Amino acid sequence: MTYIAKPKFHHPGLKKNELGYTRRDYEGKISTLCAGCGHDSITASIIEACYELSIEPHRVAKISGIGCSSKTPDYFLGNSHGFNSVHGRMPSVLTGANLANRDLIYLGVSGDGDSASIGFGQFAHSIRRAVNMTYIVENNGVYGLTKGQFSATADRGSKSKKGVTNTDNAIDLVAIALQLGATFVARSFSGDKTQLVPLIAAAIRHKGASFIDVISPCIAFNNHAGSTKSFDYVREHNDAVNRLDVLVGRDPIAVDYAPGTVQVVEQHDGSKVALRKIDADYDPHDRLGAMTFLQKHAAKGQIVTGLLYVDPDAEDLHEHLNTVETPLNTLEADALCPGSAVLDKINASLR
Amino acid sequence: MPDKNPLSSVNDFVVRFANVNGSGSASANEMFARAILRHGVPVSPRNIFPSNIQGLPTWYEVRVTEAGHLGARGGVDMMVAMNPQTWDKDVAGIEPGGYLFYDSTKPMPSTKFRDDITVIGVPLTAITNSTYTDPRQRQLFKNIIYLGSLSALLDMDPKLIEQLIGEQYKGKEKLLSSNVHALHLGRDWALQNLKCPIGLRVKKSDKVGDRIFIEGNSAAALGAVYGGATVCAWYPITPSSSVAEAFTAHCKKYRHDPETGKAKYAIVQGEDELASIGIVIGASWNGARAFTATSGPGISLMTEFIGLSYFAEIPAVIMNIQRAGPSTGMPTRTQQCDIIACAYASHGDTKHVLLFPEDPAEAFEFAAAAFDLAERLQTTIFLMLDLDIGMNHRLCRPLKWDDARQYDRGKIMTAEMLEEGRDFGRYLDVDGDGIPYRTYPGTHPTKGSYFTRGTSRDRYARYSEEGTVYADNMQRLVRKFETAQDLVPRPLQANAERPTKYGVIYFGSTSPAMDEAVGLLEARGHQLDRLRIRAFPFHSSVASFLAEHDFVYVVEQNRDSQLRQLIVNENGIDPVRLVPIVHYDGTPITARFIAKAIGDHQDHLKVTPLRKAVS
Ligand SMILES: Cc1ncc(C[n+]2csc(CCOP(=O)(O)OP(=O)(O)O)c2C)c(N)n1
Ligand code: SF4
Repeated sequence: MTYIAKPKFHHPGLKKNELGYTRRDYEGKISTLCAGCGHDSITASIIEACYELSIEPHRVAKISGIGCSSKTPDYFLGNSHGFNSVHGRMPSVLTGANLANRDLIYLGVSGDGDSASIGFGQFAHSIRRAVNMTYIVENNGVYGLTKGQFSATADRGSKSKKGVTNTDNAIDLVAIALQLGATFVARSFSGDKTQLVPLIAAAIRHKGASFIDVISPCIAFNNHAGSTKSFDYVREHNDAVNRLDVLVGRDPIAVDYAPGTVQVVEQHDGSKVALRKIDADYDPHDRLGAMTFLQKHAAKGQIVTGLLYVDPDAEDLHEHLNTVETPLNTLEADALCPGSAVLDKINASLR
Repeated sequence: MPDKNPLSSVNDFVVRFANVNGSGSASANEMFARAILRHGVPVSPRNIFPSNIQGLPTWYEVRVTEAGHLGARGGVDMMVAMNPQTWDKDVAGIEPGGYLFYDSTKPMPSTKFRDDITVIGVPLTAITNSTYTDPRQRQLFKNIIYLGSLSALLDMDPKLIEQLIGEQYKGKEKLLSSNVHALHLGRDWALQNLKCPIGLRVKKSDKVGDRIFIEGNSAAALGAVYGGATVCAWYPITPSSSVAEAFTAHCKKYRHDPETGKAKYAIVQGEDELASIGIVIGASWNGARAFTATSGPGISLMTEFIGLSYFAEIPAVIMNIQRAGPSTGMPTRTQQCDIIACAYASHGDTKHVLLFPEDPAEAFEFAAAAFDLAERLQTTIFLMLDLDIGMNHRLCRPLKWDDARQYDRGKIMTAEMLEEGRDFGRYLDVDGDGIPYRTYPGTHPTKGSYFTRGTSRDRYARYSEEGTVYADNMQRLVRKFETAQDLVPRPLQANAERPTKYGVIYFGSTSPAMDEAVGLLEARGHQLDRLRIRAFPFHSSVASFLAEHDFVYVVEQNRDSQLRQLIVNENGIDPVRLVPIVHYDGTPITARFIAKAIGDHQDHLKVTPLRKAVS
């Protein structure tokens, strides 16, 4: 058997969340990725975020494309349905799933190869359509699963493991997401759980297209000197604009932030995102400002992380399409079929 | 000088309108066809149009057919030549003894006419210009004016046309009266200046009955509404765009919650066909009925996802309105050329269910059935229309719906069933029909979740690359396809009056031409048993039909006789016994063509009709 089940043993002393679930209830199968792969840390952050939000695991639909990153949904939320679709086409599958049942939580997981190359179009269009989802790109700058080719997010001038220099310009998915109208845009680093967990939690609470680009070093093919997506490089060049915590409206969590340094952003669903501003002038409500900020720092070789932009009043695709509140997948013939009397009228109009 | 010997016929002739794309002639021409229908005389109209928006030639052909032959006939008895660009070709195409109707405002040299036809000139531009000053009005009303003149020439009842205009412009009194005025301008001029009626005439009859007049694409879209489709994702492509457009229009009318005004449907114009089918698959995976409509190039793009639908067993409905391929081919010409591409779409060993409706009524029924089949079989179902049915109005029996009908949602494992302790293996063949149970996402907190993937997995959906596990799954998919044989519409057989060793197989839009060809062949002394295939996988009666006949003609509209290939491949039949009869120039196949091709072959075989069967 090429699959490893996780032992179901639960330690009685494990902490429980509001729903009575422990962290273990948010886990999936044992990862088959390389030990130390950044993607596994993102998996851990997703588990943590869902646990903290007290999400019912089975109410999440986790959808991915193809790649090491896209395998990860198998490693978290074992009680939810997962869908490992085809390379680069996660966004359309997620869009369809979301249209069918607006009541579930949609988590899209993709790689930089998946989203910035073959799936660049689908990435863009799912965002411009404002699909209510959390779209996470596990960005390692290489094709991991096919063994180390450059991806479209690899920086110009960076070196492959084989010593080849990349001469193509990089696609910055965060910049693109901002331009396309994503209403929640963030960047983080797989190694920075303190930043990543609340970002994921806030993205899940956000209604609309949330996009998080997570730099996630590939231990096997992109963690060497000369790579701009290695652990060391990212640690050295990381410039966090803010740290945040999600405050769920109904039961606020106390935050230990000193007054004056915390900016609270209310989300559409009533939850609040508290930002600790590192840059005193940084305003996460200013799309244009975010774009400029990003470009300025990129030019200096700095990787800006944190919540870059959020629109608390965002709408989603269902609102744009004005669909009924009842999930479309529950409607049956009585609600959908106009019936034979109407058909007789239609027939009469066609004579 | 050749004798004109003008054609003379009541309720049995072909009129062809030659126009310039964008001149607004389409609605006048369609009104002409409808007016004849209102006389109780069947018509079979066809659009012949270029893949261009403005300026190029277009034709609209109306076959007036008391006998009710709905296929194309071939040949033109009366040409309404409104396009100077195509004049020579149009004039040359008229049958000897036929009629040429033209705008005689500007004199034409006699060399531009033929001696063996009757030329009818009406100074359309002069009449129009003396009445209207606005250029757009001039263009539009000229069409109504020629309609008026034709009504006099063909002895049509103007009241019936007025009635149609009244229905079209209901509530828009000004447009209504100005159209009626234009109609009479043309009609009166003809009555005063020409010998009316000519040899071709329309006489009231009662041959239309309760039949309706509808385009296949519109009927298919209505089938999707009745069949419970809630998600439609599409990308524009001729000749399929009107499916999604009609679905949108029908949904706007019939699918809003009366209280909230909210939509019980979601329609997304995808960024391409990859996204469209991806949305369909995502929605179907999550338990909604979803479809896309496309044509050949779109199918090519969708194939990777179609393979996923097959292997991961996710329902999907694809309406393929075929056009002439390969590549961009002839985008506005008809063919039945995607049979192989759809039957075996995608890499690896795949097989898909195809449905072949013959007319709009079946397009409606099969479209609705496609959603039941997709959910029952958890796979892609192709509704195979073509431009000829899709974009032309056809006379067909009224659409029917049984209000007691519930949707077949297939094998769904519910939370209650899981609670009862039912064993859930996503790819477990519990009933021996190859069809496993599925759960919708979000069903149960701890039971029934699984991981969907295009990669090999075991019966419990656990990733596995073991050869035996993979083969076990592939075998089950074969069983499932066998089950499909009995779920899809069966072939319909019609036997010749006398026993015969020869048969013919045909499908889809070839139907009306084939029905008519049978009569022509009988007149030549050839008897043929007919089998109309309505779906793939083939029902066992296809093999029986083949076994019962020495030779079977397979009539289809593509170069390589793709249905024949599929029959040979799937039934292990000796190809020699299947004689391809193919028509693939992009025009719809005609009875004349079929009768000639089969008749010549039969003559060559020196076939003599069999005596009555000896019992
Ligand atoms: C249509 C198609 N083309 C190519 C592949 C091969 N392929 C599998 S994964 C992959 C790249 C994955 O890269 P990325 O999305 O960056 O994920 P990573 O493995 O780096 O996490 C490619 C090219 C495929 N599966 N399908
Ligand atoms: S190859 Fe790279 S991306 Fe893939 S699992 Fe290994 S470390 Fe992770």
